[in-house]
Amino acid sequence: MIQFAAIILMMLGLYGLLTQRNVIKIIISLNVLEIGLNLFIISVGYVDGGIAPIFTGVASTNAVNFVDPLPQALVLTAIVIGVGTTALGLALAKNIYQKYGTFELDEMGEE
Amino acid sequence: MKNFLAFVASMGLGVMIILSLTSNEFFPEFGSADVSSRVSQGYIDRDVTEANVGVEFGVSENLESGPANIVTAIVADYRSFDTLGEVTVLFVSSLGVALLLGTAVQGRIKLDFRPNFMLKVGSRALFGIILMTGVFIIIHGHLTPGGGFPGGTMIASSILLLYLADDQFRTKVTSFKVLESFAGSLYVLIGIAGLFIADYFLVNFLDNGVLGELFSAGIVPIIYVLIGLKVGSEISGIIDNFLTEEVA
Amino acid sequence: MSNVIDYFQAYQLVDWLSFMISILLVVLAFLAINSKSLIKAVMFISSLSMLAVVGFVVMKAPDVAVTEAVIGSGLVTSLFVFTLLGVGKVGQK
Repeated sequence: MIQFAAIILMMLGLYGLLTQRNVIKIIISLNVLEIGLNLFIISVGYVDGGIAPIFTGVASTNAVNFVDPLPQALVLTAIVIGVGTTALGLALAKNIYQKYGTFELDEMGEE
Repeated sequence: MKNFLAFVASMGLGVMIILSLTSNEFFPEFGSADVSSRVSQGYIDRDVTEANVGVEFGVSENLESGPANIVTAIVADYRSFDTLGEVTVLFVSSLGVALLLGTAVQGRIKLDFRPNFMLKVGSRALFGIILMTGVFIIIHGHLTPGGGFPGGTMIASSILLLYLADDQFRTKVTSFKVLESFAGSLYVLIGIAGLFIADYFLVNFLDNGVLGELFSAGIVPIIYVLIGLKVGSEISGIIDNFLTEEVA
Repeated sequence: MSNVIDYFQAYQLVDWLSFMISILLVVLAFLAINSKSLIKAVMFISSLSMLAVVGFVVMKAPDVAVTEAVIGSGLVTSLFVFTLLGVGKVGQK
């Protein structure tokens, strides 16, 4: 169920990227796309009745039914890179506003 | 018309993705992933070099990789070179933000907001609590969920609280830059030390200890502390860049 | 009473939870992309990120959940708000 929601989120983000004409809304669409992608990658490694991949006193041996830890490690990396791209995009948006006085792409380049 | 075309294109792509996944016999259904046939099983068993002796919490000593948190074992031990590249990406991004927003003479952005005395004092009290939570998360990164990335960001959030509660406050940006370059260089130096001691870049050359104890897992906690310092100082620099502007 | 506890202990709870999370995720993403006001869109994406945290916990990924809660829901939102504050789109009475 969450898997389908993740795919729909990705497609909503793509739709926003294609249709929005506001710089901030484009960055927001990119964030929606990223959240959907992260949810989808995590869902690939999910096992029914699985346990979070940490050795504890309860789940103490490697015979326990863990969920797949590799997608989680990849998504951990992707989230931190996502904040880097978002910060860079927002800095660009701020510079655009200082030059043109608007966030709307259609109103730029007239003066 | 344009919107409708975009709608049709994204919907068609979504339907194609769903169809190609449901008819694919190699793609597992949700909840029925077979971990034992994947490469991840090697990370769980700690036997990617086929030296498995069985893993047990609190008993096993000197495994191939020490952390009790398997995600940490992948991020900071098996795929540590990947993580080095990632903190480099974050560094380049903070550099780009400083290039785009930095100016010669900087002052705080003028906001129509005057914090009162209680807000300032209360935020100073909360600052310590948030900072200690971040430090705790970093230090226990190899035993519990968390680690260098969320812990470092939590340290940056405590700095953000100080920025929000005082309209004249600014951190010492230069010392953050020094701290960040120090942590990054030390990460690379640890990798090169592994190259000399045990023939591989970023190899875990210290004693792994007993699985599940605080002082275990060799160089993994050291690397996570360095990552936490680096991420925290970089994100604090980004926050400072967003909240300052050129003053005449 | 024990029936209720049994019901919640069985994994039907998780099933209903993931169903509701999915619906809310899609609704919030739609609102975030289609709302006219920029600050409302930012708040919608913050709550979308918070719901994604619940989704990560349901799928047994606590590391990712902690990271997303701190970064996605806290830091990214504050960066958006600072950008809007810096250009005077919001908060100036």
